Amino acid sequence: MDEQAIKQRLEENFSFLKDKVMITRPRRIFVDVPLENFKPVLEYAYSVLGFKALSAITGLDEVTRLAAMYHLAKAGIMLNLKVPIPRNDTRIDTITAYFPSADIFERELVDLFGIQVQGLAEGPRYPLTDDWPKNEFPLRKDWKSSYKQGAEEADHA
Amino acid sequence: MPDPRDVRVPIGPQHPALKEPESFLITLRGEKITSVNIRMGYNHRGIEKACEERTYIQDLYLIERVCGICSHAHSTCFVQAVEEIAGLEIPARAKYIRTLIAELERVHSHLLWLGVAGHEIGFDTLLMYTWRDREVVMDLLASITGNRVNYGINTIGGVRRDLDASQIEETLKAMDILEERTKYYVGIAQEEITLKKRLSGVGKLSYEDALRFGAVGPTGRASGVARDVRRDDPYAAYAEINFNVITDNHCDVYGRTVVRLKELLEAFSIIRQLLKKFPDGPIVVKAPRKIPAGETVSRYEAPRGEDLHYVRANGTEKPERVKVRAPTLANVQAVSHMLEDGYLADMPIVVAAIDPCFSCTDRMSLVSNLDNHRTDVLPWEVLRRRGIEHYKKQGVDFSVLNKKLANVLGK
Repeated sequence: MDEQAIKQRLEENFSFLKDKVMITRPRRIFVDVPLENFKPVLEYAYSVLGFKALSAITGLDEVTRLAAMYHLAKAGIMLNLKVPIPRNDTRIDTITAYFPSADIFERELVDLFGIQVQGLAEGPRYPLTDDWPKNEFPLRKDWKSSYKQGAEEADHA
Repeated sequence: MPDPRDVRVPIGPQHPALKEPESFLITLRGEKITSVNIRMGYNHRGIEKACEERTYIQDLYLIERVCGICSHAHSTCFVQAVEEIAGLEIPARAKYIRTLIAELERVHSHLLWLGVAGHEIGFDTLLMYTWRDREVVMDLLASITGNRVNYGINTIGGVRRDLDASQIEETLKAMDILEERTKYYVGIAQEEITLKKRLSGVGKLSYEDALRFGAVGPTGRASGVARDVRRDDPYAAYAEINFNVITDNHCDVYGRTVVRLKELLEAFSIIRQLLKKFPDGPIVVKAPRKIPAGETVSRYEAPRGEDLHYVRANGTEKPERVKVRAPTLANVQAVSHMLEDGYLADMPIVVAAIDPCFSCTDRMSLVSNLDNHRTDVLPWEVLRRRGIEHYKKQGVDFSVLNKKLANVLGK
């Protein structure tokens, strides 16, 4: 199955994905998936299209909203599912039932973006320290390190 | 309620058996490991955040320092993404030079691993031999790029240094020496009974589990998972080169050793093909300072497995987002599975066998106290007390032993 076939099958099966599947270059497919429809699309990509490997999950801060991008791989083809997450309700579900390896990537979303991943097994946080202050999410755009804040205050003074 | 027969042993974050800080909290019954909790993040340096605050060309040098061993892997992976977004087609000669450095790096990394593996199993002669031979490729890298590690060969739009005829000749000669030495190590791996027995059946990872945990690189390939980005998703000059993807079905540390040794022989063949076909022409095209808006995912087969960078540009000279997923992060999750039901004494070699690189994986150091936004100096007593409390929470308590010791010492 090549990129075009994958695009076609995704668009045929999910009407809401019309014009949302982009092939940016050979072997790279980007798809915008609404949060409420993420699970059926993931299930389809995993079971029917055969994307059995998860390479990573990237957290994104798009200012008006957050997003998580799931990088799925099948041989050379990479299917990137981008799911928008509203800032005022950052709950998403874990995908560890499909990919046990998602665990560590989801912990990164929790620590660095403050995305609440529901259903994640209990375990150590990653990658921040145990005494990291609550509600400080360093990869959000409005977060600045205290070092940088100090430098800026010194500049203004 | 924990079983009274179980003993919890913390290994790390600082421990002589580990080369980098990470923490394994191991539960033992007798000599057997029943469960493992891995805590990482001790090397997190906030590189992804720092990348957003710097220009693309500054980022290139920062990204190269994600890892001290596979530095070229990260810089190439990043620069490929930037070039793709900018729509730059780099010259053929630049592609070949990038591929050449990539394979030389793989040779140095695999030889380094072989030495570490030898050391972990008490075979220090192997360490001395392989690290001596590794100097051949280190000298070569220094001669071509100017550095033994962190080569700085990449720039956006191509490479920064060309090779002359004498360097090509020097490289070919070095390949002959290294091939002969590697064949000798292959012989050792096949015939040396002590080595075979020590590594066979240790750190088992079945084909199904390798897939389930998403193991990459030699760790996955030694469990029969035939994935290699160089073949599946070719980049740089790999589409024009013939090579085999090495797999093995031992599914243990022995298999991982065999895969790396055979990959060394493949690397020598790739390097010879590259130099035979070496195209003439420029080595760099001019790149814009501002990169147009766009996003992409770049993949690269690092010595330890698939490296992945996601880059999003917003039309300015600084990226909107850079995400790095180093191969160790993909492999480390399989490690607890490999350790469980094994012996404590096998732990160092099982961990070493994925060729872990935790600085790659973690990428932030906290310099100041975020509670009061000040930099604090913590006195030794405070640190010690914190440490004791930290371990007590995890079920590790040496206070009784410490009292006994104090009595014996008469304090």
